[in-house]
Amino acid sequence: MTQETIARPAPAKPAVVTAPRRRWWRDPWRKPTILATITWGYLIWSLVPLTIAIAISFNGSRSNSVLHGFSLQWWWSDPDDSLWHDPELHAALFQSLRLGILTVLIAVPLGVSFALGIDRWHKRPATAATFLMLLSFVMPEIILGISLFLVFQHLLKFVELGTTAQILGLVTYQVSYPVIIVRARLLTIGREYEEAASDLGAPPRQAIRRVLLPLLYPAIFASAALVFADTIDDFVTVKYLSGPATSEPLSVKIYNFSRAEPTPAVNAAATFLLVTTTLAIVIGYLAYRRATRGQRTGGVSEFANV
Amino acid sequence: MSQPSAPGTRRSKRRSRRAAPEGVHYPRWYWPSFSLPGIVWLLILFVLPLYTVVSIAFGTVDPILRGPLPVYQPWYWSTEQFGETLGKVFGIFGPVYVHTFEYVIVASAICLVLGYTVAYYVARYGGRHKGLLLVLLISPFWISYLMRMLAWINLLDNDGYINRFLMFVNVVDHPVGWLEGRPFTVVMGLVYGYIPYMILPLYGFLDRIDVSLLESGRDLGGSPFSTFWRVTLPLSKPGILAGLIIVSLPMFGDYFTNNLLSGSPRTTMIGNLIDEAFSTTGQGAEMASLVLILMVLLIVPMLYYLRSTRRTAEAR
Repeated sequence: MTQETIARPAPAKPAVVTAPRRRWWRDPWRKPTILATITWGYLIWSLVPLTIAIAISFNGSRSNSVLHGFSLQWWWSDPDDSLWHDPELHAALFQSLRLGILTVLIAVPLGVSFALGIDRWHKRPATAATFLMLLSFVMPEIILGISLFLVFQHLLKFVELGTTAQILGLVTYQVSYPVIIVRARLLTIGREYEEAASDLGAPPRQAIRRVLLPLLYPAIFASAALVFADTIDDFVTVKYLSGPATSEPLSVKIYNFSRAEPTPAVNAAATFLLVTTTLAIVIGYLAYRRATRGQRTGGVSEFANV
Repeated sequence: MSQPSAPGTRRSKRRSRRAAPEGVHYPRWYWPSFSLPGIVWLLILFVLPLYTVVSIAFGTVDPILRGPLPVYQPWYWSTEQFGETLGKVFGIFGPVYVHTFEYVIVASAICLVLGYTVAYYVARYGGRHKGLLLVLLISPFWISYLMRMLAWINLLDNDGYINRFLMFVNVVDHPVGWLEGRPFTVVMGLVYGYIPYMILPLYGFLDRIDVSLLESGRDLGGSPFSTFWRVTLPLSKPGILAGLIIVSLPMFGDYFTNNLLSGSPRTTMIGNLIDEAFSTTGQGAEMASLVLILMVLLIVPMLYYLRSTRRTAEAR
């Protein structure tokens, strides 16, 4: 429908003489004004609240809803209540980063190796394992969080609630990202490169390490970025599995404070998470671009679809 | 791996299925051993926890402290605790279940209509802005859900910009308590929170529709509407179903949107019941039963979704 330039006779009507002027909504080449309005309206609705929330983190007053000038007091300068100096938020900030990094370090290798194995092991147990993996992916988080809490309370009592339990839970919830992304990538690269490597005499380990793994880098980078961003933002699993208040990351603090005693420091904390996850995604995207140099890819849209 | 094969069949599934286990270079256990850590992980930290939930729901409780005493052997299961909770579901919790379904259905429907429009526009008319539009559409994926709810808490506050605007244009003469238990706010929050998950699968399906199919629909005399109804819509049906499931599953388990944007018992959802049972001592058995009921409610859509994604993956 976008081919306005293609000269095409208007749909011929038998009674041309008496045909009324074509009404505008019958014109197949008219501009999609209504659709465009809705789409841009949606984007405004979806993004403007966020910009206001970010602006409030730089608020000059204590108000959480109205802007009064610019200041950095909620980020840094206030000695008691700012994100950096409030002891609770300060500790939570590092807990967030710790959880994010450790989860990536465990979930990504676990998922990549799982995907590799499943991709070549076409037996019934492999199908069942894939099913389990995907089930954990679509299971509402509250079910997973509560059931992990219960298992750590009753069966696996040696796991204490706190950082260890949180990481075990987060990895379980996140591990399906690398699996899905890496499997999709394995399907598109096929077996040829590996076969060529082994035809040239590479033993299996070398064929994997020096041929297959580099081909999987884009998928690995993309999934690491996604897992990190999602872990930093998680507050459901993490909340159920946190022990003492010191083990609560920033996301849980924001959740606890946002209706109770919100100051713009809560907005600063949320903005910090936003910046961190955006950075992770941008770095992941750049690494993805670098790793797919010279390959035909759909750019952003493919990164979005992985 | 070493057998030659016709070029056309190189990537065919049958061949790889046959070749993998019999490959000369790889011992039988080679590839399974790659998946083993993941499988063990899932068995211990996914299957076992779910089994614990069942064992607690069908277990007994400590008569004094009301703490749950899980029963792991199915032949000793008692339905007392679960039955009690199930009775509540059909009794005092009834309204909660009813309006959870109401909110989820209304919110998913809005997600579908709005999401479809947006996805359709970007897929068909995105033109040179497509990349930018896509980035804007997927940005909510890495913007924390909390951040997005926080934004609305700020805006909808009694003193917030929405109320100020409404009072400025004289629609209302005193601030509206948006955050004081209004279903409208909760449904809007749900739509706002989950609509990106609807847009992406829809976009995927709509973007793949060949424009020449639509043109032939028009050439064969279809009006824009009937072309849409009889060509575009059927072609995007898998995307619609996938999108509906992928937004409604987390909505059923959602408690935070409600807590953040309403916090009033008037808008309690199933997730809130579970969350409240979590923070109350002596409710362990009830919490496990509620989780089990939620799981049973959602198992059919979950299985359907898994099956349909496998089909589309195979079809590609």
